[in-house]
Amino acid sequence: MPEALTLAAATMLSVLFTCVAWVWGANRMLDLIWPATGRRAGRNSARAGLIRPWLFLGPALVFMGLYLVWPVLRTGWLALHDATGARFVGLENLRWLASDARLYEALGNSLAWLLVVPAVSTALGLIAAVLTDGLRWGVLARAVLFMPMAISFVGAAVIWKFIYAFTPEPAPEIGLLNALVTAAGGAPQAWLTRAFVNDLALMVVVIWMQTGFAMVILSAALRAVPEETLEAARLDGAGPWTIFTRIQVPQIRGTLAVVWTAITIMVLKLFDIVFVMTNGQWGTQVLANLIYDWMFRGSPDAGRGAAVALVLMALVTPLMIWNIRAALREERA
Amino acid sequence: MSALALLRHLAVAALVALWLLPTAGLLVTALRDPGQITGAGWWSAPFPATVTVFRRLAPTTPARADGDAWLHEGQLLGPDETLLAWGLSARDPAALAPGAEIATRAGDLRVAANGRYVLRSPQPEAAPGLRVFLRLRVPPRFTFENFARVIGAEGMGRAFLNSLMVTVPATVLPILVAGFAAYALAFMRFAGRALIVAGVVALLVVPLHLTLIPLLRLHNAIGLGKGFLGVWLAHTGFGLPLAVHLLRNAMLALPREIVDCARLDGASELRIFFRIVLPLSFPALAAFATFQFLWVWNDLLVALVFLGAGPDQQVLTGALREMMGARGGEWGLLAAAAFVAMALPLAVFFGLQRSLVRGLLTGAVKGG
Repeated sequence: MPEALTLAAATMLSVLFTCVAWVWGANRMLDLIWPATGRRAGRNSARAGLIRPWLFLGPALVFMGLYLVWPVLRTGWLALHDATGARFVGLENLRWLASDARLYEALGNSLAWLLVVPAVSTALGLIAAVLTDGLRWGVLARAVLFMPMAISFVGAAVIWKFIYAFTPEPAPEIGLLNALVTAAGGAPQAWLTRAFVNDLALMVVVIWMQTGFAMVILSAALRAVPEETLEAARLDGAGPWTIFTRIQVPQIRGTLAVVWTAITIMVLKLFDIVFVMTNGQWGTQVLANLIYDWMFRGSPDAGRGAAVALVLMALVTPLMIWNIRAALREERA
Repeated sequence: MSALALLRHLAVAALVALWLLPTAGLLVTALRDPGQITGAGWWSAPFPATVTVFRRLAPTTPARADGDAWLHEGQLLGPDETLLAWGLSARDPAALAPGAEIATRAGDLRVAANGRYVLRSPQPEAAPGLRVFLRLRVPPRFTFENFARVIGAEGMGRAFLNSLMVTVPATVLPILVAGFAAYALAFMRFAGRALIVAGVVALLVVPLHLTLIPLLRLHNAIGLGKGFLGVWLAHTGFGLPLAVHLLRNAMLALPREIVDCARLDGASELRIFFRIVLPLSFPALAAFATFQFLWVWNDLLVALVFLGAGPDQQVLTGALREMMGARGGEWGLLAAAAFVAMALPLAVFFGLQRSLVRGLLTGAVKGG
């Protein structure tokens, strides 16, 4: 532990120092080469101005290039190679993928997740935002709904596995769900091993975790709807429901889309919950867990893992483009 | 209060209950006596529970002679326990009523309602290992025993330190690196700026799965292997797009005139950055730090790939996952372990909630 502490301090100091030294030193160099004084001050500072931004961007670009851009491109390259990455196999991995039943299972599940989770989380978040708005204990209620955000997926998995816990009879059911089922006269179930039901059970966990996120963003958007607009509607005799559907929802349409996209991206990359709760068994496989399986478990195959990863990337890309276009629109404005 | 308002209060209360219940159940379970957890659900924890246990006869006083036999006497109940029934086999642990007598391989055994037993045996030595099954009514018992066990024997204490070890540098490192870049993107005009902004937004949503194998091989190739240094660098790289994006948005919201005035006064860009922009962006820095802290602390995937699985490196999420496999049905331990893992992020969450919300609203929508 003491060595690790020293390493931590040394790493933080050296990265921070290198970073500051680089930006400071390079800026000094620039000022020496093209001083913003004397006869050519104007031309010099224009020239320095061309380079200076890149000095500031440098460290971040190096890190992002090395830890995000290059590995993603490299994974594309690996997809064209065999299990160890040694032999070029062309489109072999993709051809194998096209006929792999497990890919279709994962794709099917991912599609179900995409249809259910973003919609339900956003809707619940919207309902919670509207209901808690202006409530005297609304702050407290919102804090409770937002709380799962602080919990890891693994922690949430323990919490909900306990809800779904199953004890074969005659022992008493200690899982809340089975206790309710038995109290209502039903037979207890092993929820996580029953196909289809287990998908729903996992989705509930993620909805539980994401609703708070949706609520926080949507309630800020709702508060930004001008009070005069609402007042005018009230004067015209609109009831709460009309105000909600005709004024509030249309006004925050943009934010609804942002929330929906964010949760969709999160769901596409969903890994921990499935990995920890069922590990993709009993028909719950999703793309991210399938990728992990191929990359790191059993007999790993980097080529096939990379090929499945490309499928995930392809699914994320449209949303990525949507985000980029939104960012560029803002940039131009 | 109108009917509508009442309905609204009820609806919010129902939502809150639904959201709180799962976590509350686990917390109660973490604090219960391990012996009681499987006997009844956590919702009945405040009430006396009926449990079935077995105990071995352990005479408290030396055997007394009684004719040609010996009497072994002792107590089977703990304080506050009430005997409902007893028996000699696991198949029928409640066959006998308190006060009943039965012949055993060691002699005639009688267990009274108060737990005193008398074994009438032909030997002066007590029969070793005679098991008696007891159905007991026990008062609710709460304990920190589960926590003590997971922090000590199960290694969650060490994993907690490892998590801190991973999280602190991984939170600090990206801030300054991102600060410089955000400053350039917010306050400098140059060709290619839009492209960089678009790139950062794109990287925000890249699935980390696509980076794992090349980076792991890179770390191995340059001798970094699996360890803290590798995980810090990886988290720094993965956190940068969010950091740049968030800090830039915050800087764009600062009044431009401040920077323009300072430039006219001849202040260098570096001076403006350190003296004016960085201090003014402090709320955004705090927001990012909160996010990155929660994200790194709660991360499982990056730790699985870039850290070793030994106790000297394993973090809380990894340790908790391993316990779920090894101690599947021991809910007291699992619950306590989960709360050890959740304690710090929950404290950070409730302490810095405003900062988090501000971060979310500045466009902190991070992937993973």
